[in-house]
This record gives sequence, C-alpha cells and structure tokens, in this order.
Amino acid sequence: METRSSSGLDQFCSLLVERPGLTLLDLAGANQSTMGFLTNLGHRVYSDDFLLQMDRCFGDGDFYENQSDPQKVTQFLDSALDYPAQHFDAALVWDSLEFLSGPLLETVVERLSNMLRPGSYMLALFHNEERVQTIPTYSYRIQDRKTMLLAPRGRRQPAQFFNNRSLEKLFHDFESVKFFLTRDHLREVIVRR
Amino acid sequence: MSSVPNRPTESFDATRAGNAVLGKSVVVKGQILSREDLTIDGEVEGTIEMQEHRLTIGQNGKVRASVKAREVIVLGTLHGNVETGDRIDIRKEAKLVGDIRTARIVIEDGAYFKGNVDIVRAEVPKPSATASAPKPATAPPANSPVSAGPAMAAGVGEIKR
Repeated sequence: METRSSSGLDQFCSLLVERPGLTLLDLAGANQSTMGFLTNLGHRVYSDDFLLQMDRCFGDGDFYENQSDPQKVTQFLDSALDYPAQHFDAALVWDSLEFLSGPLLETVVERLSNMLRPGSYMLALFHNEERVQTIPTYSYRIQDRKTMLLAPRGRRQPAQFFNNRSLEKLFHDFESVKFFLTRDHLREVIVRR
Repeated sequence: MSSVPNRPTESFDATRAGNAVLGKSVVVKGQILSREDLTIDGEVEGTIEMQEHRLTIGQNGKVRASVKAREVIVLGTLHGNVETGDRIDIRKEAKLVGDIRTARIVIEDGAYFKGNVDIVRAEVPKPSATASAPKPATAPPANSPVSAGPAMAAGVGEIKR
C-alpha cells in the first residue's frame, strides 16, 4: 500500500478535530484505518463503496454508455445516494466523481450538495494528467491527518479530465472551492457547502 | 441450543454455557434470545438478542435481523442494525448493510460494509455511594489522538461566492 502526504486532507481534518459528534460520509468503502481515525475524533461515520456501487449498476456492458440509461441511473441513485437532506457535516468522495459522465455527474453533485448541511465541507480528488488513457484507482484511506493510504484497485478510464475552471463550474452551487498544490498528478479540492 | 424463536418468555438454563449452532440448512423466522454464544450458518430473519454473548455469522450465514449482542463476528451476510456492548468484527468477504453502534470495530480488507458507525464509549464510573450504571458517551476519550487547532494548508486558489 502506498502512502501520500496531503495538504487537502490536512485542511479537511483540521475542520473536524475540534467538533466531535459530526456525521461524516466516506465513499471509499469501509476500512479500519479511516474508521479508526474518524471515530477516534468522536465522529459518526457513514461508509459506502461508491465505486463498487457504480460497477454494480453500470459495469455490465459499456460503463459510460450505461450511465445514460434512466433505469440504471435511478437504481444507482437509489442505492448509492439515498440519504436525507442535510444529513452530513462533511464528506470524503475521494476520486469517485471522475468516473461519472456529464449529466449523471451533475445529478450526483447536486445530490451531494443536498445531503450536506450548509457550511459543511467535502474533499474530492481529480487527476490532471490529460495525456493518459487510464488512471490508477485506489481505495483511499486516512492514516493520519496529513497522510493518505492508497490501496490499489486497478486502472480505469475517467469520464473526463478537469481543470480549475471546469471544477468551479461543476461545484457552482457550493459556497467556495479551494484547490491544493500537489507534486503528483492529483488535484485536491475542498468545497464548502 | 438454547435459542427459542418466538418464545421470549421461556426461561433459559444459564448454567449451560456453550456455543449453539444454527446449521446451514436451518431457516429461522422470528425472535432469537440466547444465553450462550451462537453461530449462525443458516438463514435468520427477525431479531437476535444475546447481550451477554457472542454472535458469529458464519460464511454461509444469511441474517436479516436487528442484532444486540456483546460481540458480533460477521463472516457471511448481515442486513440489519447491530448493537454490541464490546465489539464487532467484520471479516474479509463479509457483507454487512446496516447501522452499527458499538464500542470497538474491526473491519478486514475485502469486507463490504454500508451503513453508519457510531462508537459508544462507556464512561469510567465515578466511585460514589450513589454510583449509577455507566452511561454511553460519543465524545472521544481525553487521550484520543486529536491534534491542536486548525492549520490552514497553502491552497493554490480559493473561489468564494
């Protein structure tokens, strides 16, 4: 398993440490490391494996073409994002948004925005190496507030690549979008609801 | 086996400590109360209460029930909310969909879990003449690895609206 230091994660965690009792959403899939870290801070953690949910709903056939099938989209939204409005105080979506194509991506971001309480934060990651066909995917975990653990999950073709402008557009409903410098090809973003 | 579906009022022989097993061809619908450790390798639908004992859901086990136990080990499939006094152990290949309220949780790589985890830590009872039972608390312990105040990381840019 690789490790990666992360300023975005550091900032995200700094927003959690002095406010125990928050309800957090982690879409990387349940793992001991993140669960231990967040529950030690006194938070409730809601876990799901978003990528696995995508594979279950869209994986049979063309992954991206299936994302425009209304029946599959409804099934996906019902199984992966069926949460009450303003239920979460923070969300870790990691790099999962990269694997959603246009209209579904907008719907998912809208749902995430709806699930988050005003003033809450969401951490997302986006690859910015545009000349590659596929990108490595990981199960992202928190080792400590400045370090991610990356458990490899193979390579995938992203739906699209994002620059700062397209990310601003994507998160236009959020109050602020903050980008973080990284040394690798991963752009870290914290958005505030 | 001292588990009695749908008959919660029947008394149990507490002196017979052991490990009851529901085999993989057994299907139970109803309420299970157990005063000994229980392993389920079959199918159960209903509720399971065994607050002083350990429940193991074996690799073949398929449980659709709310569970209250001292300790729960999941190797098979569990749909339902779980409350444990001590710990829950979700093993590799296990599937658990439901909310968990527990003091400790162990999740092995390869397990699938969808739901909420609420860690409940028992307060250390204060020695006093009118000492009452310890109450659960969700606050972290005093020695939890909580860092000091927020440190702003250097961002490339922030767009505020």
